[in-house]
Amino acid sequence: MTGASAVEDIVKSEYAHGFTTEIESDTLPPGLDEQVVRAISQRKGEPEFMTAQRLKAYRHWLTLREPEWAAVNYPKIDFQAISYYSAPKRPEDAPKSLDEIDPVLLETYNKLGIPIEEQKALAGIAVDAVFDSVSVATTFRSTLAEAGVIFCSISEALRDYPDLVKPYLGSVVPYTDNFYACLNAAVFSDGTFVYVPKGVRCPMELSTYFRINARNTGQFERTLIVAEAGSYVSYLEGCTAPQRDENQLHAAVVELIAMDDAEIKYSTVQNWYPGDERGVGGIYNFVTKRGDCRGARSKISWTQVETGSAITWKYPSCILRGDEAVGEFYSVAVTKGRQQADTGTKMIHLGKNTRSTIVSKGISAGEGQQTYRGLVRIGRRAEGARNHTQCDSLLIGDRCSANTVPYIEVKNPSAKMEHEATTSKISDDQLFYCRSRGLTEEDAVSMIVNGFCKEVFNELPMEFAVEAQKLLSISLEGAVG
Amino acid sequence: MLSVTGLRATVGDKEILKGLDLKVGPGEIHAIMGPNGSGKSTLSHVLSGRDGYTVTAGSVLFEGQDLLTLEPEVRAQLGLFLAFQYPVELPGVNNTYFLKAALNSLRKARGEPELDAVSFLRLIKEKLKILHLDDSLLKRAVNAGFSGGEKKRNEIFQMALLEPKLAILDETDSGLDIDALRVVAEGVNALRSPERSMIVVTHYQRLLDYIQPDYVHVLARGRIIRSGGKELALELEEKGYGWIDAELAA
Repeated sequence: MTGASAVEDIVKSEYAHGFTTEIESDTLPPGLDEQVVRAISQRKGEPEFMTAQRLKAYRHWLTLREPEWAAVNYPKIDFQAISYYSAPKRPEDAPKSLDEIDPVLLETYNKLGIPIEEQKALAGIAVDAVFDSVSVATTFRSTLAEAGVIFCSISEALRDYPDLVKPYLGSVVPYTDNFYACLNAAVFSDGTFVYVPKGVRCPMELSTYFRINARNTGQFERTLIVAEAGSYVSYLEGCTAPQRDENQLHAAVVELIAMDDAEIKYSTVQNWYPGDERGVGGIYNFVTKRGDCRGARSKISWTQVETGSAITWKYPSCILRGDEAVGEFYSVAVTKGRQQADTGTKMIHLGKNTRSTIVSKGISAGEGQQTYRGLVRIGRRAEGARNHTQCDSLLIGDRCSANTVPYIEVKNPSAKMEHEATTSKISDDQLFYCRSRGLTEEDAVSMIVNGFCKEVFNELPMEFAVEAQKLLSISLEGAVG
Repeated sequence: MLSVTGLRATVGDKEILKGLDLKVGPGEIHAIMGPNGSGKSTLSHVLSGRDGYTVTAGSVLFEGQDLLTLEPEVRAQLGLFLAFQYPVELPGVNNTYFLKAALNSLRKARGEPELDAVSFLRLIKEKLKILHLDDSLLKRAVNAGFSGGEKKRNEIFQMALLEPKLAILDETDSGLDIDALRVVAEGVNALRSPERSMIVVTHYQRLLDYIQPDYVHVLARGRIIRSGGKELALELEEKGYGWIDAELAA
């Protein structure tokens, strides 16, 4: 057994969560035109302003070209070959309790190790389970309602609280922002809406489990979280997907808005199908996530653990508009096999004395390719702004690669910037040392990797940290012998 | 306990061990001394199963089992321990967590129940006391940023916790000043027992002022060319290794 053979096996380990649930879907045929955009809006029973906005986005999208600047390679996507809407059958009969939920669906969650019942009992987490494109299970709504917190699907929100949604939707990520965000604005299927009123501390961690399921269906999630002055909310997003042949496009948009003294903590564990050994069939993940610290002393933290997808293109960002606002980005990204990731963050300092922290941990194994791409911009008015950036890369084997591309723009001379970057390898010496103490090579790799990621895991809520560690171990399973 | 017969090993094309014989009985302490390049570290590494060495002839039996066919972790589970000449740093891996995982993997392999956090903490507190170590090293990452002396002490601490049947101390004295050397040697002495054998590999005699061996062997050019009691070490100290070369040439 050598370090090299360990690496071979990491690379070859099969995707543990790959399986397809057989549920009949009410799916639109592949293709995209104005008819399709109207049909989506209609099926969701949206107010007219939304239909109009979708069409505006669609027309703008036609004028845009796919971005090519990211360090990722993939065959050109045929946007006419994708089906833009898929809902589990009987969308009108929304389930009232778990008994009403399709047992096949529940079994899927069980296979993923996230049974809804147990989560309710153990973690006290409200689960808005998104299966394909429509929410099929929402729990703990009453507890949240008592606190005045709205936690529902974005389609419901558009129907029930259109006046609340309208001013915020698209205010952080406008449809003109980029190619994928624009596409999302035109065809988004469903997603989550959270509204936390003034001064309210959300009584529980909010969690949505996403799952891509219908064959060859693009997933265009839309998430909007609004935290009013002095409020706090922690939101968890976790995903796994079944094994499949076709490449799947996922282009989500997440918008966060924090008013004066509000705090939003957004945590993601992502484990989408990365493709087979040759990289065939994995998910393309082109996501736009952005938080707007609109109020003074507001705070937005992004924590992400990314182990899946064939291609990841993702830069959760913070606009630090309010004075003394705080932005944080903690990330662990794993690429193995033929996975490619171009990920990082943007911290835009506009307000005075704004602070941001970036901690990025990249792990590459097999032929995995990874690029950290980060922008820190200090605006002219951002007196006393500070940023600390730390980018560490860990390489396993000698066929993978890691790049760090930091962009720094400072327009105010009082700003303080720190940037640290390291690249290291798991050495044969480290593996032998652990093995001579009785640990298997697999345990040794998992221990070293978890040690490397500790600073980020510490930022995750407890239950999620455990899940993230488990996921990392599964990802690197068979890393060894 | 351990029986090495006619052991030959190569690194690349180069033969380092050229027919080495060694027998270690229960509770015995054997010192292996030799000049640089004589094969001391190769012997430690071959016994513990490190990659990069090819055994071309000979056998190694540990309590009757053929050690050479076993993975390093299996050797550890059987009760073999190597104190490294250069202990390896594991940044981010907490020392206590590492030790608990190591001990439990040994216990599991032996069919013993794994220790829970509370009993494990009790156990390490007890071991720290025996070795007169303070508990600050438990909170740090394994060997990361440790001084040379701290690293060697941590090795002895691991040995105390894992309770091997046979410990190989590979140049444990290298890079230590006299005070650190004394602390480490006292630790080793505290761990002497009729059931525990040790092979102390060293370049200098001074370690043997503190750890009294039962036997001393001189390793040169890949073979043990002389064996004797502890007086042999003193003779070496006096005459130097040049004397061996002269004798081999004759």
